[in-house]
Amino acid sequence: MTTYLEFEKPLAEIEGKAEELRAMARNNAEMKVEKEAAALDKKAADLLRELYKDLSPWRKCLVARHPDRPHCKDYIEALFTEYTPLAGDRNFADDHAIMGGLARLDDLPVMVIGHEKGNDTKTRIERNFGMARPEGYRKAIRLMDLADRFGLPVITLIDTPGAYPGKGAEERGQAEAIARSTQKCLEIGVPLISVVIGEGGSGGAVAFATADRVAMLEHSVYSVISPEGCASILWKDAEKMREAADALKLTAQDLKKLGVIDRIIKEPSGGAQRNSAAAIASVGSELALMLAEFAGKKPADIIKERRRKYLDLGTKGLAA
Amino acid sequence: MNWISNYVRPKINSLFSRREVPDNLWTKCPECGTMLFHRELSENLNVCTNCDHHMNFTPRERFAALFDGGVFVEVKVPEPITDPLGFRDQKKYPDRLKAAQKATAEKEAMLVAEGEIGRTPIIAAAQDFSFMAGSMGMYVGNAIIAAAERAVKLKRPLVLFSAAGGARMQEGILSLMQMPRTTVAVELLREARLPYIVVLTHPTTGGVTASYAMLGDVHIAEPGALICFAGPRVIEQTIREKLPEGFQRAEYLLDHGMLDRVTHRRKMRDELVAILRMLTRQSPAVAGDLPAPKTDVAPIAVADTPVTPKTKVEKK
Ligand SMILES: [Zn+2]
Repeated sequence: MTTYLEFEKPLAEIEGKAEELRAMARNNAEMKVEKEAAALDKKAADLLRELYKDLSPWRKCLVARHPDRPHCKDYIEALFTEYTPLAGDRNFADDHAIMGGLARLDDLPVMVIGHEKGNDTKTRIERNFGMARPEGYRKAIRLMDLADRFGLPVITLIDTPGAYPGKGAEERGQAEAIARSTQKCLEIGVPLISVVIGEGGSGGAVAFATADRVAMLEHSVYSVISPEGCASILWKDAEKMREAADALKLTAQDLKKLGVIDRIIKEPSGGAQRNSAAAIASVGSELALMLAEFAGKKPADIIKERRRKYLDLGTKGLAA
Repeated sequence: MNWISNYVRPKINSLFSRREVPDNLWTKCPECGTMLFHRELSENLNVCTNCDHHMNFTPRERFAALFDGGVFVEVKVPEPITDPLGFRDQKKYPDRLKAAQKATAEKEAMLVAEGEIGRTPIIAAAQDFSFMAGSMGMYVGNAIIAAAERAVKLKRPLVLFSAAGGARMQEGILSLMQMPRTTVAVELLREARLPYIVVLTHPTTGGVTASYAMLGDVHIAEPGALICFAGPRVIEQTIREKLPEGFQRAEYLLDHGMLDRVTHRRKMRDELVAILRMLTRQSPAVAGDLPAPKTDVAPIAVADTPVTPKTKVEKK
């Protein structure tokens, strides 16, 4: 069952008609519908390509949040072997919004860390919709530190609406936890590769995405604030999220121009949610390419270059 | 012994109040409603004389009170490109910037200076809440990096006064990137083994709290300062949790282990001097009516030069 987004309604109609025709034919052998249905299929495929050719920033936000998109857990299961989750921040709790542990990518041992949003009501609540609490950042700090001491590259998969605006999260110092996590990203002498697979929400994303290489899926977004939040502050009207999404320049394409990210990873036609396996495979091959760039690099040089990269960031603007 | 009242304040304050503000202005304390005569308020470092509420204190006012004799030299901050995204909400970003520059007589939301406090050479950086809510964009990032680099070059500690509503949304992702950029600045200080003290003032929120403001060797807050990542209104709206009295205020954070100290503005200077001198293993400070220090470089900004902005006074 495909979950259609609001702007995909015309597509839903066409695909629905084709499905209806075929259903009728299944009950009545006399009916010859395949030709008509195939024409509808083609129409649908063309429309899908057309819709996704030039998605507006707001539509990209909707696609990036699509419930059927592959999540961190799917990437880990498909791309890595021997995934061994490591739990807890050794201080307060284990944060289920953050997955993390040892794993192998093409036999190479790595540390993988990512936000997991969950895929049904039960798991979404368990995962807190991918919003980490301080324990999540502190677990990640611990895992990055472990990776650093044993020379394992770190791979982070970013997919979060942002940090969790809760009483306990604030009391336990989520600002400090995010700051320390970003700091740890800048201190480790192993390659740190980050892929934004869905939503890169503000500080919750930066805490893991301060990396040597940052890639984004074609229709993912990465922003300082959600378009809704920005609209309600600057436009005093949360309904102006389309305008805010435009203004924020939060798409992979704009971020690449600004020099904030290094690579854009192509998604299958109609977005990762229509073909998880293909999306996951593209991420896998891009990860391998990015990791290969660090073969033989000295830890001190890795740290130095990473810092240089951030110090130099922001000299490129977008021509208005 | 009080450094400020003993020797710096009388001179500087008299300059300020005589020159900048007509004597008939009053400010209403937003906390207790008391009408405060401007000179009285200014002499009390913008702290309400009735209820001790700490009001906004611009970087220039703060530096005038902080540095020996009110003398400091501004550290140059590399200019970023203006309006990198071509951002426009209901107003164009460059227009908002210009309005803020006009209102504050400052270029941007952070001022960096070098000078001495209690004869202890330091670099200081202060965020200006009156400039677009002190929001952190490329300039603020550049300012913190410049402050750290200057501190490393001169082997001096860095004292940073934070005050911000968060990130500068009009710079989009580039404002977010100031979190890692300013963290690199903190790393430069750590590696050079130089003390980095953060003084958190009202309010310090969002990405600022989640980066350089929470990475100090010592965290001191002014009383009553709101310090948080997600603000109380956001939490109440999204989670519908009832928040306890004093939630996210300096004293609450102290209780929850996020701060070393909560210190009254009048005592801040002495405390900074004491901590810095111990951390850098220097002899104890001697309090007294010291003259302004001799500087090798001619100061480009002292408290009584024309660059001083007009002190904002609310007329009620
Ligand atoms: Zn008062």
